[in-house]
Amino acid sequence: MRRVAVTGLGVISPIGLNSQEFWQSLLRGRSGIGPIESVNCDGLRFANAAEVRGFDPLLWLDAKQASQMDRSAQMAVAAAVQAVESSAIAFDPLRSAVVTGCSVGGQPTEDSVYRQLYEEKKTRFDPLTIPRIMGNAAASWISMRFGIQGPCFNVSTACASAAHAMGHAFWMIRSGSVDTALTGGTEAPITFSMLRGWEAMRVVAPDTCRPFSRDRRGMILAEGAAFFVLEDMGAARARGANIIAEICGFGMSADASHLTLPSSSGAALAMRQALEDARMPAADVGYINAHGTGTPANDPAEVRSIRSVFAAPPPISSTKSMHGHALGAGPALEALATVLALQHGVLPPTANFNEPDPDCDVDVIPNAVREQKARAALSNSFAFGGLNAVLAFRAF
Amino acid sequence: MESTSETDLLSRVIRVVAKSQHMDASAIKPESTFAELGIDSLDGLQILFALEEEFGVSIPDDAGKEFNSIARVSGGIQMLLKAKSEPAPAS
Repeated sequence: MRRVAVTGLGVISPIGLNSQEFWQSLLRGRSGIGPIESVNCDGLRFANAAEVRGFDPLLWLDAKQASQMDRSAQMAVAAAVQAVESSAIAFDPLRSAVVTGCSVGGQPTEDSVYRQLYEEKKTRFDPLTIPRIMGNAAASWISMRFGIQGPCFNVSTACASAAHAMGHAFWMIRSGSVDTALTGGTEAPITFSMLRGWEAMRVVAPDTCRPFSRDRRGMILAEGAAFFVLEDMGAARARGANIIAEICGFGMSADASHLTLPSSSGAALAMRQALEDARMPAADVGYINAHGTGTPANDPAEVRSIRSVFAAPPPISSTKSMHGHALGAGPALEALATVLALQHGVLPPTANFNEPDPDCDVDVIPNAVREQKARAALSNSFAFGGLNAVLAFRAF
Repeated sequence: MESTSETDLLSRVIRVVAKSQHMDASAIKPESTFAELGIDSLDGLQILFALEEEFGVSIPDDAGKEFNSIARVSGGIQMLLKAKSEPAPAS
């Protein structure tokens, strides 16, 4: 069976506008969470998020293209271009795929046109409204940018979207249906209507994201994009590519129990599937990038699920404490943290950690990075709707 | 005019819970807990929303977490209505 290499990385995130900056922030425990600047939050019960600051789409796109895209697609193309440049790959158009994870589509566009429609009573919309809003916009723009004509699609599975996307891209290469893939996720959910929706769910922290800490008060919303070049290991070696890590397993499951309350058995099932898919003993796993939302419900359920899979759980951390929860793009940001941890032999911390919680009794790498090589790692993603996706990586 | 006497408030709370959960109001007793009524966390969110709409109050997240029985809901709403009717202290 083919093996699959990760040979290119790109990211636009609240803690860095390229993978070097992103990694430096993780090493320093630097959080991108702060007062929301792009939306007036008067009257909301929370006012903090992890926004992408200083992103200039014109560094990556010409003015006309940029104007035809929603922010979610702009960030995606920028991250994809970085990934391709760092990989120095030349795509065979018919043997390459684009698979994206994006859950809520072009929200900034949607928010702005509804404002025009209902507030300003406009009777005419910009004709590109629909192509900006569609959830597959990023996948389509990326395929056009690189002339990729093979399988190209978007997956929308809430906060597991990019993990499902990357898992399928990996499987397509491993099975031989394509040789290379550009895959990852993007999301731009910081709009007034989305914030109101999350406020009503009462899961957003008024302060910051403190995963696994006893005083955690919820999640923090984020935006961003991360993309990866995946390719057949043999071809990558033959062209002398810089192989950053190996993606070696993917598992998915459904809780089939409750719309929003996580089940530890569903999460455990996805982790077991990923290990089995990778033909990897649990003892090989030296780090887990947890889903770790920082909500009262998620964190203990996730720890229970990890304890049920691992007799001696490896260190885990939630990098959401720094880059926030970017919904469909979250798994891509976290897969990036995982791959960089394997590459550098350093485990990123769980930031903002104050106090151990007896219900989250595992090593969560509180507040400070740990110089510790992991041979392999998992990245967990568990979505509303009870949909679980877990990616497995090996150090190379 | 809206009545906020305790029994009226209680019957309004029961009506709101019953409507939001598609339950028969007669199945809900003043002493019922949400657990007894089979109301889970997501149901609870919908009830908080319905209560905010019915009584014109805003239920803070921390207070909302305590709303796990009919008695607690009634008591909590009564306090919020009282706070609403009193002028804010001059700062």
